[in-house]
Amino acid sequence: MEATVGSANTIGKLNSEAPVSKATANYKEQAAGKTVGIPFVEHPKMSMRDVQVYYGDKQAIFDVGLDIGKNEVVAMIGPSGCGKSTFLRCLNRMNDTIDICRVEGSLKLEELDIYDPKLDVVPLRARVGMVFQKPNPFPKSIYDNVAYGPRIHGLVSRKSELDEIVETSLRRAGLWEEVKDRLLSPGTGLSGGQQQRLCIARTIAVSPEVILMDEPCSALDPIATAKIEELIAELSANFTIAIVTHSMQQAARVSDRTAYFHLGKLIEVNETEKVFTNPDHELTEAYITGRFG
Amino acid sequence: MDKLSIGQHISGQFNADLEALKTELLEMGGLVEEQVISAVKAITSADSELAEQVITREEEVDNFEVKLDEQCTLVLARRQPAAGDLRMVLAVAKIIRDLERMGDEAQKIAKMALELNEEGEAPRGYVELRHIGSLVHQMVINTLDCFARFDVNLALNVAKEDGRVDQEYKSAMRELATYMMEDPRSISRVLNIVWAIRSLERIGDHSRNIAEHVIFLVKGLDVRHVSVKEMQRKLGQEDD
Repeated sequence: MEATVGSANTIGKLNSEAPVSKATANYKEQAAGKTVGIPFVEHPKMSMRDVQVYYGDKQAIFDVGLDIGKNEVVAMIGPSGCGKSTFLRCLNRMNDTIDICRVEGSLKLEELDIYDPKLDVVPLRARVGMVFQKPNPFPKSIYDNVAYGPRIHGLVSRKSELDEIVETSLRRAGLWEEVKDRLLSPGTGLSGGQQQRLCIARTIAVSPEVILMDEPCSALDPIATAKIEELIAELSANFTIAIVTHSMQQAARVSDRTAYFHLGKLIEVNETEKVFTNPDHELTEAYITGRFG
Repeated sequence: MDKLSIGQHISGQFNADLEALKTELLEMGGLVEEQVISAVKAITSADSELAEQVITREEEVDNFEVKLDEQCTLVLARRQPAAGDLRMVLAVAKIIRDLERMGDEAQKIAKMALELNEEGEAPRGYVELRHIGSLVHQMVINTLDCFARFDVNLALNVAKEDGRVDQEYKSAMRELATYMMEDPRSISRVLNIVWAIRSLERIGDHSRNIAEHVIFLVKGLDVRHVSVKEMQRKLGQEDD
């Protein structure tokens, strides 16, 4: 049962360089670039060090170092403009689409250097999938939405295989029962929550190793949100997940570790339970208790 | 987080809700403290009227508990507090339970006072009762203070004082047991004193519980069911 062990394990084996002491948790040290808590784990799935991101002359991310363990759910929270989405988008080079954006530092998916200039981003994005804030199904049938990835990546040779992938992905996304009788109707005809689950099915159809979620529930109603959160818990058995969310309760519910960003810096990373009951850094405390937004 | 500040929320109403929890808890604590002193005094000065008053006022303590419990529930439902705020609400919810039980014990002591006044004074035990009563009274005061000032060191002192009360309780019990053996006719009267001292000892235990909740509130550390030494270790303090 690697799945259930994954997150607990990675947290258990702390890297010795992680500064844990509460005494060090003051803002001055933070200004010097030290993240408090447990930013690093042993045998990470993704490992980021000294990440700097610039939009033109303006620096958006400062010295961020973070590991994401295998089968772990890491939530990234922080006020608007703190850089959490920017950081997330570095993880599968979505920032490449922004001309003025420049990324420095070391970002690795296991041994693979994500920012290797020779790297083809298409297979990278198959390994590190992404779900966006607004559901964005292709204007195609439900079936074709899910089948799209496996087709372009050439993962299947026969129609029966493709059928199987589509069914498995939709099942895993918790959508199969609702759409199995209308696979050929357009994906855009589904409700918002269903569309988002369709997008998740589309993402997992190519068997990624990591799923990045950028506020996946912010356009959904509470019931659809609850379904997606349920889904995240199930998906974490097979996938590594990094989720950016504006809802602190959501971070508290779905994640193993929570990372708090503030003005482009990674202030604190700790086990989620700790962050929401007794955070190490006063900025984290101020944010999650609603003392500034 | 060492510093707890319950103000400065973006939502002013949230500030007000938390502030109200704190103030009303202290009011409830003040009432319980008064009940404890009055109950002990009712025995030592054979004052039935005062005893009756303690028994009647117990209802006020109960009402405080119900009201504060409701307020905690409302804050949880409305604000989904986190971190220090969450610990504040949880601590208040736990502290009121202990305060309410302290109120119950005070009421029991008052009932003993009434019985003693009906049956006639006990021949012995008043010195011990007064002595333990004043120790416990000080504990209750310190308990409320450590909550009001979020003072972890004072909370630790309360835990230490509880050890002392337990000692005094044991030695008083030994002494009164000897006395009852010597003079069996006085047993029922001395037993009233024994029950009253027992109640005081329980009040001490509840004070210690509250001190533990305060340490949880301020430091986020769970120090229940551990020795004072272990508490000090968890708080990173040297043994003295």
